[in-house]
Amino acid sequence: MSLRRWSVTLLAALVALVTIAPLIWMVSVSLMARGEAAQFPPPLWPTSPTLENYRLLFGSFGVGRFLLNSILISTLATGLALLFTIPAGYAFAKLRFKGRDATFRLLVAALVVPGQIGMLPLFLELKAMGLVNSYAGALVPWLAGIFGIFLVRQYCLSIPDEMLEAARIDGASEGQILRRIVLPVLAPIIVTLALYVFLSSWNDFMWPLIILADQDLYTLPVALAAHSRQNVQDYEIMMAGAVVTTLPVLILFLALQRYYLSELLTGSVKG
Amino acid sequence: MSAVGRVGEARAGWAMSSPALAAILLFFVLPAIASLFLSFTDFDIYALADIGNLRFVGLQNYERLLENPLFWKAITNSLLFVAVGTPFIVALSLLAAMLVNSRWLTWRPVWRVALFAPYVTTLVATAVVWRYLLHTRYGLLNYLLSFFGMPPIDWLGSPTASLPAILLFVGWKTFGYNMIIFLAALQTVPRELDEAARIDGAGWFTRLRHVTLPAIAPTLLLVSVLTVAGMFQLFAEPYVMTQGGPAQSTVTILYFMYEEGFKWWNLGSGAAVAFLLFLCILAVTLVQLRLAKRSGAI
Repeated sequence: MSLRRWSVTLLAALVALVTIAPLIWMVSVSLMARGEAAQFPPPLWPTSPTLENYRLLFGSFGVGRFLLNSILISTLATGLALLFTIPAGYAFAKLRFKGRDATFRLLVAALVVPGQIGMLPLFLELKAMGLVNSYAGALVPWLAGIFGIFLVRQYCLSIPDEMLEAARIDGASEGQILRRIVLPVLAPIIVTLALYVFLSSWNDFMWPLIILADQDLYTLPVALAAHSRQNVQDYEIMMAGAVVTTLPVLILFLALQRYYLSELLTGSVKG
Repeated sequence: MSAVGRVGEARAGWAMSSPALAAILLFFVLPAIASLFLSFTDFDIYALADIGNLRFVGLQNYERLLENPLFWKAITNSLLFVAVGTPFIVALSLLAAMLVNSRWLTWRPVWRVALFAPYVTTLVATAVVWRYLLHTRYGLLNYLLSFFGMPPIDWLGSPTASLPAILLFVGWKTFGYNMIIFLAALQTVPRELDEAARIDGAGWFTRLRHVTLPAIAPTLLLVSVLTVAGMFQLFAEPYVMTQGGPAQSTVTILYFMYEEGFKWWNLGSGAAVAFLLFLCILAVTLVQLRLAKRSGAI
């Protein structure tokens, strides 16, 4: 390898190390004994690694409950988002119906409106529906994912019309065409969309903070934020809480990053 | 195709899109419009208990906001985040993208994933980590700075350092996403163009200004617009790291809206804040689009 290759690669390695250093430190401190992190100079590694903080978290802090809430809400949000957006995205791309293009233009225009604008009225609306302080209330915003419809539509545009026409001539119903012909073609984008919704709903903070009042219903981020605003001194416990909150999505991303990054790379060129 | 088939297709089209459209109408469009109406009422904790207490107050919420120093503080803070944060984060993302796009780089996918990783982490969790990282006495950052002879900085406790501290965290958290968008654009810039400029003796900065930036101008605009919108929507960062302090130096518009609406239950006033926030984002985006059109970027 040339000198140039070495220096550029070394620079990239350095930048990458600095970038992931906070995450490594988070894990490292979470394995320290209580009080060990509050020292100067800050220790980089635990002198004798211990799982005591995690034992405390799942024991007296009851983190298992929040973990379960997060898993439940994110899984349901993903399933519901796919159920709502995939047929809609396909219909907007491939089925001719009156008002389709005008409706789609309105949806694209609505993409610039941030969701927080309607948060207060949405809270009142859900209160009237009796959905405040429930899983259902936390799930509602994920049903209205315009971005997902947009993503699926872009992908569907590349499906040849002849393929759909041939199936129609063979007597397949529109629902059968969607299930048997379109869905298999869409598999990669479905993985991308599912991953995107799962990560976003897992990491979401403001809406669950507003809509979930009972501690029993808290998701991990809401519980962690509530705890962090009270006990600032427990660094080791807080880091263990951060690990439990963010490690599941980090691992999920690393396992499926091929789908996530490649779609983002091609999608942003088109859009 | 037969007429019967066409009718079937249209019916299927509506059947497949209407659940999503109904959800969007009910949970997105309706609340957004209702926000405007809510902002003309005095909806508060009494109206929450009994809707009969609700009164129409015209522009009173807006007038009160304009007289509220904390509201102006929030607006100023958010504009500061936009003005300082946008160039900082866009530059950081572009530099990272150029590094990862370098033709001399080996193991490219590894570095790409590592630099993208912070973006997929949970915001609240990494905000907690960064609050500790920025700790005046026990934080890693001040420890590193001490090697350069710098005295410890009270990152989250001083009104002048709190904004840069939060921007440092936000930059770390988001640059990977912008980097990927920039990478896609950089890959379409022909290598020969850059090579020709290099042979002509153009330095790194000249090539960046006259070859790379013009070629990726539309992407530069897209990333700037996204970053401006992101800067206006900071909420969890001050909520977890500073609780709006010190001396209200990190109260953002959204943080102010949250406190107004869900801490003090002034939902009418909160809705007015939401509507003004929307106007801010829209205005800045339109200005950026116009500037880009004039300079011929799009």
